[in-house]
Amino acid sequence: MSAAEQLLVASATGVPLSQRGPAPRRVVAGFGFWLFLLSDIVIFAALFAAYAVLSAETAGGPSGAELFDHKHVFIETLCLLASSVTCGFGSLAVQRAEAASVYFWMALTFLLGGTFLALEMGEFRDLLVQGAGPSRSAFLSAFFTLVGTHGLHVTIGLCWLVVMLMQMATLGFRPMVARRFFCFGLFWHALDIVWVGVFTIVYLGAR
Amino acid sequence: MLGRLTWAAIPFDVPIVMTTAATIGVVLGAVLLLVTVKGWWPYLWREWITSVDHKRIGVMYMILGLLMLVRGFADALMMRTQLALAANGTMGYLPPEHYDQIFSAHGTIMIFFVAMPFVIGLMNFALPLQLGVRDVAFPVLNSVSFWLTAAGVLLVNLSLVVGEFSRAGWLAYPPLSELAYSPGVGVDYYLWALQISGMGTLLSGINLTTTILKLRAPGMGYGRMPVFCWTALASNLLIVAAFPILTATFAMLLLDRYCGFHFFTNELGGNPMMYVNLIWIWGHPEVYILILPAFGVFSEVIATFSGKPLFGYRSMVMATMAICVLSFLVWLHHFFTMGAGADVNGFFGIATMIIAVPTGVKIFNWLFTLYGGKIRFTVPIYWALGFMATFVIGGMTGVLMAIPPADFVLHNSLFLIAHFHNVIIGGVVFGVMAGYSYWFPKAFGFKLNETLGKAVFWCWCIGFYLAFVPLYALGLMGATRRMQHYTDPQWQPLMQVALVGALLIFCGIILTAVQLAVSIRARHRNRDLTGDPWNGRTLEWSISSPPPVWNFALLPQVARTDAFWAAKQNPQEMTRLMGQRNYESLHIPRNNPTGFFVAFFAFILGFALIWRIWWLAVVGLIGLLAVGLMQAWRTDGEMQFTADEVAAADRTYPLEARAA
Repeated sequence: MSAAEQLLVASATGVPLSQRGPAPRRVVAGFGFWLFLLSDIVIFAALFAAYAVLSAETAGGPSGAELFDHKHVFIETLCLLASSVTCGFGSLAVQRAEAASVYFWMALTFLLGGTFLALEMGEFRDLLVQGAGPSRSAFLSAFFTLVGTHGLHVTIGLCWLVVMLMQMATLGFRPMVARRFFCFGLFWHALDIVWVGVFTIVYLGAR
Repeated sequence: MLGRLTWAAIPFDVPIVMTTAATIGVVLGAVLLLVTVKGWWPYLWREWITSVDHKRIGVMYMILGLLMLVRGFADALMMRTQLALAANGTMGYLPPEHYDQIFSAHGTIMIFFVAMPFVIGLMNFALPLQLGVRDVAFPVLNSVSFWLTAAGVLLVNLSLVVGEFSRAGWLAYPPLSELAYSPGVGVDYYLWALQISGMGTLLSGINLTTTILKLRAPGMGYGRMPVFCWTALASNLLIVAAFPILTATFAMLLLDRYCGFHFFTNELGGNPMMYVNLIWIWGHPEVYILILPAFGVFSEVIATFSGKPLFGYRSMVMATMAICVLSFLVWLHHFFTMGAGADVNGFFGIATMIIAVPTGVKIFNWLFTLYGGKIRFTVPIYWALGFMATFVIGGMTGVLMAIPPADFVLHNSLFLIAHFHNVIIGGVVFGVMAGYSYWFPKAFGFKLNETLGKAVFWCWCIGFYLAFVPLYALGLMGATRRMQHYTDPQWQPLMQVALVGALLIFCGIILTAVQLAVSIRARHRNRDLTGDPWNGRTLEWSISSPPPVWNFALLPQVARTDAFWAAKQNPQEMTRLMGQRNYESLHIPRNNPTGFFVAFFAFILGFALIWRIWWLAVVGLIGLLAVGLMQAWRTDGEMQFTADEVAAADRTYPLEARAA
């Protein structure tokens, strides 16, 4: 009996999940990636904590309330949230193995993610031009690191997306590619969740 | 072109360093020459360097840990010698700036590159075997983890010759570790070596957690896992939750040093105490990452050699998981003197004392396991008994320092140094040595020499007490840690006793090498042909020693704890455990050089960043990217063994006859 068959028999006979033997590879890969995401979120937790400690330490420089443009950030947020929706449709298309649909939704995801990143870069540039760079104060160090780390993740996500589309084009919808698309989806949604934290704590919470 | 790297980086004027470097160079050169002349490179490349087999990777972790133990111990001997001499106005033979590097390197190496590789190596080797599965969840990632650790090791050792190492202590507290006060490359070596190896540790933690939670033999529910698997689960969960904090904290310090940020600086709102808080939010779980697997080893060893099931399996599991959670609630006890106030210190003091409760539960469980057992006094049980006596003392001095007012007196004194060496040597090192002699026959198919093994134990045990009991006394007399010389002549005799203790431990380390050599020469006489040299209880002893590359030809069918022990008592249980021997073809991960190349380019990147050679850093990044993409497009990751091949290997093994 193969492992997969054993699993089927076990689930049919009411054996508890924990006793059904090794999980299928799709589950193992997804679970491992979940753990990675959790560890990634712990990194953000440390950066959030640092930001919370240092957010008032402006050292005579500008404070968040003086610097942040809420309208700008709101558009950024809309782009990123919308990209999560399109990414979700793209993931469904991957499950159905519809190449054209995957290209469409994932291209849209890339575009929205890219717009988010461009807007963020624009914000950073404006701050630097005003002399409010990360070396100005501990507050700005923490701000640039927290928001910049999120931006770095988005950048990595966009590169990953391009690689995944190339994998799909060259390797087709084999299980390996489908698993990676699934992990990419988790990654992209996790970045959204982190951004909700950034938006709330950094921008809306600016004093 | 070469950033800050010039010929001045090599300390030609420091004879100690140059002699050490020359010795290491000659030994390394001789080894490389021998490997080349004997034509062993293809074998090494095929069977070890590119291996993704968890057993091989586990063994490589252990070898790495042993090598670095020698390096870290050399530092220890130098410090003890210095302090035995530098009394009464004399300055000893190590100038302060060199002494500072030595204690920083000693701590860094012993924790990150000795204890961690040992513990991860044991888990890597034993977990899949105990769980009754064929490999870890992500075998290639496992190889990447190991080689990243090795890259960190290489960077730390390179700092001996090229440049300098950090002088800021093993945790590099700012503001001392900031650019303003440590302008050299020492702290950069420290940070990049630990970022690279820390990434390896994190990936390892994810890998092993997934393995335990998602890959277990059919029937092995959580309540049937060996206790070592439980402690490993707790340890790896802690790795996943704690190591990212280390990464983030070091990243902030790196930004301060490289880009002029102000996280931990004295100026512009930076907060050095935030670093101390953050680093201990990683650092306290870290000590449990190290000790919990050692607890697991002792649980296996004590049950096996008492010939009894472990007393209180459930309470052992609960104690383990309680420690896992509590370990995140005590970090502040490392710096009660920060002045957080009575309430905060009180909370953390009490939380710290509470950890002694589950730990005490464990001690009693082990005692009750031994009680009424028919104890076989083998080397592993020696370590276990030595551990129980020693660790209790270390635990009690820990609880003593958990009282904030007492800590105000003892903070940063040699009492503290004695305490944590007491728990790390008496706990982690003894546990690793127990695991090493316990699983060695499984890994290599022959037993280690018992007489020499016991000699090693006595050297370590007596050596430990001689080396560290004086430090408890010295600490109470007012001697501080990281002290390069002292004026009080009364301290000197105690310092000299401590040196004798260190020399005795040194004998233990030499005897470990002798034991290995003697055992290898006599291997034909000490072969383990049964696969079960200790009359063991768990699944790893149900297969041949060493196990085939696929571990289990057919996955065992587990119906209880200590399934293999039960099977040996009862033929029906044996038939159930072994199942129907209907062999099938197996797919096993193929050798993969990705891990090696990832580490190679990570090393290049780290070296380039330390010396600020930006073009080389770009080369390292591009290399990493290229290796990653090549791995992404690799589709021939597995090799196949036919059912006949698997059957043939399995049938030569006596257990098959037992099951039939």
